Amino acid sequence: MIQTLQLAYCYAGSHNGTKLAFPDIHVPQGGVLLLRGPSGSGKSTWLALAAGLLRATSGQISVAGQDLNALKKVATDAWRARAIGFLPQKLHLSEALTVAGNLAMAQWAAGVPDDPRLVGSVLAELGLEGLAQRKPSQLSGGQAQRVALARAVLLSPQVILADEPTASLDDAAAQAALQLLQACARRCGATLVIATHDARVARALPQAVECHFESKKSILPTSCIDSLL
Amino acid sequence: MKIVSIAFRYLWSRPLAAALNLLLLSLGLASITFVLLTAEQMDRAFERDLAGIDLVVGAKGSPMQLILAGVFHIDVPPGNIPLEAVQELANNPQVARLIPVSLGDTFKGFRIVGTTHAYPAHYGAAVAGGALWTQPMQAAVGAQVARSTGLVAGSSFIGSHGLGGTGDAHGDTPYQVTGVLAPCGCVLDRLILTATESVWQVHEKATALDEEDRKIMEAEREVTLALITYKSPLAAVSLPRFINTTTEMQSAAPAIEITRLLRMVGVGTDVLRGFGAVLLLTAGLSVFIALWNAVRERRADLAMLRMLGASPQKVAGLVLCEALLLALLATGLGLLLGHALTGLIGYWLQSERSLALTGWIWLPSEWWVPAIGVGVATLAALLPALGAYRLDVTTLLNSR
Repeated sequence: MIQTLQLAYCYAGSHNGTKLAFPDIHVPQGGVLLLRGPSGSGKSTWLALAAGLLRATSGQISVAGQDLNALKKVATDAWRARAIGFLPQKLHLSEALTVAGNLAMAQWAAGVPDDPRLVGSVLAELGLEGLAQRKPSQLSGGQAQRVALARAVLLSPQVILADEPTASLDDAAAQAALQLLQACARRCGATLVIATHDARVARALPQAVECHFESKKSILPTSCIDSLL
Repeated sequence: MKIVSIAFRYLWSRPLAAALNLLLLSLGLASITFVLLTAEQMDRAFERDLAGIDLVVGAKGSPMQLILAGVFHIDVPPGNIPLEAVQELANNPQVARLIPVSLGDTFKGFRIVGTTHAYPAHYGAAVAGGALWTQPMQAAVGAQVARSTGLVAGSSFIGSHGLGGTGDAHGDTPYQVTGVLAPCGCVLDRLILTATESVWQVHEKATALDEEDRKIMEAEREVTLALITYKSPLAAVSLPRFINTTTEMQSAAPAIEITRLLRMVGVGTDVLRGFGAVLLLTAGLSVFIALWNAVRERRADLAMLRMLGASPQKVAGLVLCEALLLALLATGLGLLLGHALTGLIGYWLQSERSLALTGWIWLPSEWWVPAIGVGVATLAALLPALGAYRLDVTTLLNSR
C-alpha cells in the first residue's frame, strides 16, 4: 500500500526555493500507480521520496505499511532492501559481473545470504536461464531489461518502482515489458509504481491510479485521478 | 556473493590499470623488502664476525681495508708485519689475546688462512668431521668451502698464490685436509684454516733461491695481521695510539671502521629506501587516481547498490576493499620479488666468496611490508571511499 498526505519536498542548493507539492495518493497493496508528466516535473523526486532516499519536507508518506517519516535514517537502507524493487530507466547492470553476478550482488547489497538457487529460479521465470553467465554487454536491450527486472523482483519486494520502463521501446516491446512488469508485481503481490511520460503505458494499464505532474515552475501537480478508489 | 569477490571483479574489470597499479605497488614494496633483508643480514654478519675483536693490527695503509681484509676477508690486506713485532705485542700487558692471521693463497677462490687454533675457538667453531690441523700443511675447511669444493677429511689440495685466485699453483706443497668445520654462519664458513707455519713453508719453498736465502727468510718471517682482544676496556685509550706512534704497524678499531662502513653503506640503503618510498608514493597516487576515476565511472553502479539496500558504509567498504585487495596482492608479490632479488644477490656474492646473503629467511621487521602496503592503499582509497559514501543516489533516478 502507498499513501501520501500533503506531501511536499523543498530542494536545497541549486534548486533553492523550489518546492514541490504532491497530490494525496492512496494505492492499495497490489495496485498500480502511474506517475505521469514531462521531464523535470517531479516524478523522480516522488520516486526518491517513496524509496526513502529523500526525506519529505512536510506531509506524510507511507509505503508498504511503513511511515517513512518515522523511519530512522540508519534503518532506511535495510527497509528499502526488503520493501522496494527498483527498475531504473538506464538499467545500471554492472559490466564487471555476469548476469547471475548482478543478481548475486543485489543479494549482497540487501544483506541477505547468497542464494544461487533463488537467482537461478528468478532468471528462469523471466526466460533468462541460458544467459546467466553472460556479461550485460552481450545481451540485447530487451534481455538486459529483463535482467534488471529480475534484479528488482529478486527479493520479492512489496513495491516495485519503475522509471520510464517503455522509453525507447517500440509498441510491441513496450507492451511485452509492461506485461512482464505486471506479472512480476502480481507474483510478489507488490504495488507497481511506474513513472512515465509515455501515453502508451496509460492505455495499457487502464486500471492504474494515475497522477499527473507538471513542470517544476508551476510547482503544484494538477490532478490525481484515482481510478481504483 | 562476498564483498571480496565483488571487489576482485571490479578491480579486474579494468585489467590494465589494475596490473599497472599492482606492479607499481609491488616494486615499491619489493624495494623495501630488499633493503630490510640486506641491511639486517649485513648488520648481523658484521656483528657476528666482529664479536670479541677489539683491535686489528697490520701494515700501514687504509684502516678500513685492514678490517675488511682481516676480519671479513672481503678485501686484500695492505701488507705484512714482522712476526717479531707481533710476538712483542702479544706480550703487552694490555693484550688479553692475540690471534695471528697470515694470508696469501687461495683454493678455488677460498682464502687459505694461516693462524692458530685460537682463531676457530674465538668463533666457537665445532668440527663436523675429522679434526683441526696438528702440523703444518694440514688444513681444516669451512662448511661452505667443503660444500663448494667437495673437500672432505683426507682430501688434499694445492693452493694458488695470491688472493685473486689466478696465481701460480704451489704444486710441490699440497695441503692435507684433516677436518671440516660445522657451519657457524660466520666468516669461517668460507675459509680454509691451517697453521701459520704452513703459509711460511709454502712461500719460503716457492721463493727461496737457495738454503741460505731460505734461512734469511726464516729469520724475517711475517704475518699479515693480528686480531687483538683487550685485557681491559682501558686499553682502548692507549694501545692503538702506542701501536700507531711507536711501531711500523697500524692499528684499526673495528667498531669505528664498521660504523664508518655502515654509514657509507647506509647511504646506499637510504637511497634504495628512498627509491622504494618514491615508488610507493607514486603507487599510492596511481591507486588513488584509479579508484577516484573508478568511483566516478561507477557512480551509477554504486548508486544502484544503494538503491538495492546497501548502506553508505557498505558502498564505501567496497571501494576500500578493492584497494586492500590490491595491497594484499602487491604485498605478496613485493615480498616474493624482494626475497628473490636478495636470494639472487646472495647467490652472486657466494660465487664471489663474499658476504653470505639469503632470501630464504623471514625477518620480524618484514611485517612492516604488509603494514606499509595496506597503509598506502588505505590512504589512497580514503577520498574515493568518502566519495562513494557521500554519493547522491537521486542522481541515479535522473540519469537517462
